[in-house]
Amino acid sequence: MSDISYVRERFIPAESPPISDASAYGWIRRNLFASWSDSVLTIVAILAILYYLPPAIDWLFLSAVWTGTDRTACLTVDQGGALPTGWSGACWAYVGDRFVQFMFGSYPRDQLWRPLLVAAVFVALLVPFLIPRVPRKGLNALLLLVGLPIFAYILLLGGRFGLRHVETSLWGGLMVTLILSFVGIVISLPAGILLALGRRSQMPILKTACIVFIELIRGVPLITVLFMASVLLPLFLEPGNNIDKFLRALIGVSIFASAYMAEVIRGGLQAIPKGQYEAADALGLNYFHKMTFIVLPQAIKLVIPGIVNTFIGMFKDTSLVTIISMYDLLGVVKASFGDSGWITPVTPLTGLIFAGFVFWLFCFGMSRYSAFVERRLDTGHKR
Amino acid sequence: MAIADARTGSGDPPKVSLLYNPALRSYVYQIVTIVVIAWVIWYAWHNASQNLARANMTAGFGFLNSRAGFDVAQSLIAYSSDSTYFRALQVGLINTLVVSAAGIVTATIVGLLVGIGRLSQNWLIARLCTVYVEIFRNIPPLLVIFFWYLGVLALLPSIRTIFQHLEENPDAVFFISNRGIYMPAPVFGEGFGYVLTAFAIGIVAAIAFAIWANARQRATGKRPPVLMVSLGLIVLMPVVVFLFAGMPLSLDYAIPGSFNMRGGMSIGPEFLALFLALSLYTASFIAEIVRAGIRGVAKGQTEASYALGLRPGQTTRLVVLPQALRIIIPPLTSQYLNLIKNSSLAVAVGYADLVAVGGTILNQAGKAIEIIAIWMLVYVSISLVTSLFMNWFNAKMALVER
Repeated sequence: MSDISYVRERFIPAESPPISDASAYGWIRRNLFASWSDSVLTIVAILAILYYLPPAIDWLFLSAVWTGTDRTACLTVDQGGALPTGWSGACWAYVGDRFVQFMFGSYPRDQLWRPLLVAAVFVALLVPFLIPRVPRKGLNALLLLVGLPIFAYILLLGGRFGLRHVETSLWGGLMVTLILSFVGIVISLPAGILLALGRRSQMPILKTACIVFIELIRGVPLITVLFMASVLLPLFLEPGNNIDKFLRALIGVSIFASAYMAEVIRGGLQAIPKGQYEAADALGLNYFHKMTFIVLPQAIKLVIPGIVNTFIGMFKDTSLVTIISMYDLLGVVKASFGDSGWITPVTPLTGLIFAGFVFWLFCFGMSRYSAFVERRLDTGHKR
Repeated sequence: MAIADARTGSGDPPKVSLLYNPALRSYVYQIVTIVVIAWVIWYAWHNASQNLARANMTAGFGFLNSRAGFDVAQSLIAYSSDSTYFRALQVGLINTLVVSAAGIVTATIVGLLVGIGRLSQNWLIARLCTVYVEIFRNIPPLLVIFFWYLGVLALLPSIRTIFQHLEENPDAVFFISNRGIYMPAPVFGEGFGYVLTAFAIGIVAAIAFAIWANARQRATGKRPPVLMVSLGLIVLMPVVVFLFAGMPLSLDYAIPGSFNMRGGMSIGPEFLALFLALSLYTASFIAEIVRAGIRGVAKGQTEASYALGLRPGQTTRLVVLPQALRIIIPPLTSQYLNLIKNSSLAVAVGYADLVAVGGTILNQAGKAIEIIAIWMLVYVSISLVTSLFMNWFNAKMALVER
C-alpha cells in the first residue's frame, strides 16, 4: 500500500522579493524613472547638478583662499596679487580677519569679555528652557525674559559698578542682531497679548484703538516704522532730547513685532471654545483670573508654532536696521566691503555668503525647533 | 450671603458695590483710554510744533509743489529734475507698483512649480525643491537683494566690454552688462491702435464664447473647443489685423553713447536685483502654501474622481485645484502683501521706489512728518485694496463649497 500523502520534510528557501521592489534598482525605478516625463525631469536635474555643483564647491572650498592678512591674498596677478589670472574663489581669509568685527562690531576689544559673558549666560538659560523635560520652566522664563535683559543692559552698556561706559554706537555685528531680536521678542509677547485681548474686548473704544494700531502697523513696511522711530521719535519728544539711536531702532522693532504678535495670539484666542470662557465665568473668576488661568495658557500653547514663526520673521527683519545706518550683522558685513584693506572682486560675495549662512543657521534652527514643538503638542492633544 | 437672602425672602437684591458694576467699569476703562491717547497725541503734537519752530520749519503739504531738483534713474512717466516733489512721489509709487506686480507674477509661478515639485513622486525633484525652500525661507530678503546687486550683477561685463563686443559683432541687439540689460524698444507706428482694439475685442469675445460654451455643455453634454477658439480670437485676430495694417511697429536699437548705451530699452541692475530677490524669497513661502493646500485636499477626493472616470489632468484641474485654492488663497494674500511691503527694501540698492524717493525728499526738504504720513497712507491703501480684491476672489472661490 503506497503512501499517497506527501509530507514535506524541509522548508523551501524563501524567495527573494521581486527585484522591482526591494533592490536599489527598484528604488531608482520607482523614485526617479517612474514614467517618461519623470525620467526626463530626473536627467535634466542630474545634468543641472553636475553642471552647477562642482564649480560651486570649487569656488567655495577648493579654490578658496583660507589664510592671509590683507587683500593681496585674494587678488590675481593682474590685480596686483599672487594668484593666477582668471582665478575666482571665496576669500575666507577676509572673513577670518574680520570675524571679531562681524560678531561684535566696534565694541572695545579689551572689553569683549562682557558680550561673551552675556552670550554664555544666554545660552545657559536658553538651553534648559528649550528642553521640555527640564523642570522649573517658570523660574527659567523669568530669568531669561526679565533677568537676562537687565543683566545684559548693565553689563553691555556699562557706566556703573566700575564698568567702562561703552556707547551703543560702538555696538555692532551679530551682537546687535541678537539684542534687537531678543528685545523685540521680550517686549512683543506681553504687548501682543494685551493688544490681542484689547482687540477682542467688548469695549468699543478700546477695541477700535487696538484695531487701528494693529492694522496700521501691519499695513506698512517695517522700513517706514523704522524711519518713523528714527526720524519722528526725536521730533515728538521734549525739545532738546537726545534719544539714543539704538533705543530708537529697538522701539521701532518692538512696535512692529507687537502688532504681528497680536494677530498670532488672537488666532489662538479665537480657537478656544466658548465653553471655556463660560466655565470660567461660572466658577466666578474675574476677567484677570479667567484670562491668566484658563484662556491664555491654552491659547498660547496652541499658537507656539506661529509665535516661533514670528520670531524667525523678526530675526530676519532686524537686518533692515542696516538701512537706517546701524551696524547689525548685515550692516557690518556690508560696511566692510568698503574697507580698503580688503577690497577685492570676491569680497562682497564671500561676505554675503558668510552673513547668509549665519542668518540661515539661526532661522533654520528655530524652524526645526518649532516643528519639534508642533509634533510634541500634537501628540499631547490626540490622547 | 446671597443664597441666605434669597431663602429668607427679604425683597431687596443684595447690595453690590458700584466698584464691581461691569458697565460702569467698562465706561471708566474707556474714558481712561481716551484720556491716555489724547494726552499722547497732544504731547507729541506740542513737542513737534516746538521742535519745528526751533528749527525754523513749518509743517504742511505745500512743499509738494516745489521743484524736486534730483534725478531718478528709472521712470515710466515723464520726469526731470525740474519736476515737482509730487511728481517725484508719483514716479516712486509707479516704480513700487511695477516691481511688486512683476514680483507677484514671478513669485506665484515659481512658488506654484516648486510647491508641486515638493510633492512630486520624483525623489530628486522633491529634494531639490526642498533645498530651495529651506535656503530662501531662512535668509533675510535684504541679504538676497545685496547678494544679487553686489555679488552677482556687479560681476557682469562692464559697459566698455559691451562696446568692444559691439565693434566685433555689429548685429548684436541684446546685451547684459553690469549697468543692466539692454534690448530693442518697440516703437508703435500709426495704426497700431487697431491692433490693440482687435486684441481687446478678442479677449471680450473669448470670454463670451467661454460663457456660451459652458451653457452649451450643460445643455448638450458636449464641450465646444474653447481653447482653440480663444487662442484664435486673442492671438490670431490681432496678428491678422497687424499684418493688414501694414506692420506699424519698428524697433529702436540700443547703440553705444559716449559713456553709456543710448536708445532702446534698458532694465537697470537695481530693478533686477530687487525683482529677483523679491520673487525668489516670496516664491519659497508660496511654495509651502501651495504644498499645504494640495495636501489639505483629502485623498478620497482624488480617488472618487478617478472612480468617476476622470483623467489625472482633469482630476487636478476640476477636483483638486478648486478645493486646494480655498486653503491657499488667504495665506497667499498675506504673502502678496508682504511682497509689496518688502519692495520698500529698494531703498537699500537705490531703486527709485516710493520709500527711496520719499527718503530723498525727507533728507532734502526735511518734511519728515508729511513724508511718513504719505508712506503710511499709500501702503495702507495698497494693502486694503489688495485684501479687498483677494477677499472677493476668496468669496467667489468659497462658493464652490456646498
